[in-house]
Amino acid sequence: MTAEALPVAGTRSLRGRHLLGIQGLTQEEILLILDTADAMKEIASRPIKKVPTLRGRTVVNLFFEPSTRTRTSFEVAEKRLSADTLSIATAVSSVVKGETLVDTVLNLEAMSPDIIVMRHSSSGAAHLVARIGRSHVVNAGDGLHEHPTQALLDAFTIREHKGTIAGLKVAIVGDLFHSRVFRSNAILLDTLGAEVHVCAPATLLPPAIGRFGVRATTRIEEAVDGADVVMMLRIQQERMHGHFFPNTREYFEEFGLTPERAKLAKADAIIMHPGPMNRGVEIASEVADGPYSVILEQVANGVAVRMAVLYLLAGGGEEQAA
Amino acid sequence: MPIVMDAERVGRTLMRIAHEIVERTRAFDELALVGVRARGVPIARRLAQNIASIAGHEIPTGALDITLYRDDLMRQPVGPQPVVRKTEIPFSIDDRRILLVDDVLYTGRTVRAALDALIDFGRPRSIQLVVLVDRGHRELPIKADYVGKNLPTSPRQSVQVRLAEVDGRDEVSIEEEVAV
Repeated sequence: MTAEALPVAGTRSLRGRHLLGIQGLTQEEILLILDTADAMKEIASRPIKKVPTLRGRTVVNLFFEPSTRTRTSFEVAEKRLSADTLSIATAVSSVVKGETLVDTVLNLEAMSPDIIVMRHSSSGAAHLVARIGRSHVVNAGDGLHEHPTQALLDAFTIREHKGTIAGLKVAIVGDLFHSRVFRSNAILLDTLGAEVHVCAPATLLPPAIGRFGVRATTRIEEAVDGADVVMMLRIQQERMHGHFFPNTREYFEEFGLTPERAKLAKADAIIMHPGPMNRGVEIASEVADGPYSVILEQVANGVAVRMAVLYLLAGGGEEQAA
Repeated sequence: MPIVMDAERVGRTLMRIAHEIVERTRAFDELALVGVRARGVPIARRLAQNIASIAGHEIPTGALDITLYRDDLMRQPVGPQPVVRKTEIPFSIDDRRILLVDDVLYTGRTVRAALDALIDFGRPRSIQLVVLVDRGHRELPIKADYVGKNLPTSPRQSVQVRLAEVDGRDEVSIEEEVAV
């Protein structure tokens, strides 16, 4: 739906107070976020890249896991909306002194933030914070569970290039087992009507992969063949406490996106990666830096999508003629 | 629901405003029209066409969404949000004489938001305000430079502007018993 086609005096809204996952969002809610992000993206091209929308609102970025891209993206989004922001990394917080997550959040809540953006290594941590606090909570990645804003920015990028998501063949290749990006993307792409093919070593395919509505294979050529979109996922070696594959060189030979394999996709296919990339492990540099790569566009779009999420969660008030 | 302007009247009014703009304009290359979404945009485009037919000058036209600049947006903790639409100003506003165009001038808060939004795009030489209808009840010190019709109303009434591009027909009507 284009901006021109939106209802003129209408209001559309998210049903929930939080964004904890793609699971539970309707197709209409997802499209609302994408349409709003479409309008937000223009702000990045202005001389003054700032609007007063969240003036006087406080957003706390609470990151219990290392993050550069997502945390920075949220911070830029918050500043562009004129929110007051506070970023807390656990390495320099009271967590290292033994404070629990609940106590950390209750103490922050006592300072009356409006929104908490949270990343945590435990699945469900954002849900816990949403239950105990008063603030709106945005899940910026929880364990092996979900990373909703990444999936939304991926969908936004696909829609920008392809015009629609319904009916596209999307190949997702890589460490599916440890990937919250995969889970959020699988749910979102299925909700919007894409045909999702996934590929990973058998040891990195999540159990009951079929419940995501995807077609699984262990042959990358099969997944990529005729794809409109090829989404590569990082090998998350920091989460691997066992031997999932012999070594990274062998992984690249079997599952890496080489220029030859990329040619199996449609001629106008786009190549995506949520970052950070392991060049030469899951993706060849020639492909990552090639003409079909939209990896840096994903980063730029992340700011617009996060602005949209923050606006839609924190906004309020009925439209009135003035 | 009395119709106070029919399609013919709307058309004649927009042509009259275009004539007024042409009469007061010396440097057409400095002029630009910016419509406030939603209905200010088709009005701005029609004015540009009228000016072109009168004076033979093509005037660049943009669209401004002021949702993110509204001062009432965050006054309620929860509730449906106004839909954000794209702002599209495909020219530099620096040193231009901008004609800001809206359908109805009421409290003045939309115009205030539009001025804030516009100034974030650059430094125009001047900004003038064009409205199809001025219904009064200002809450801010804002006055239009070009007015299609002054329409005295009570706060309990609502002025509805319908345009063919958005609503399928041109008319201005007054609706009664609006909760204030």
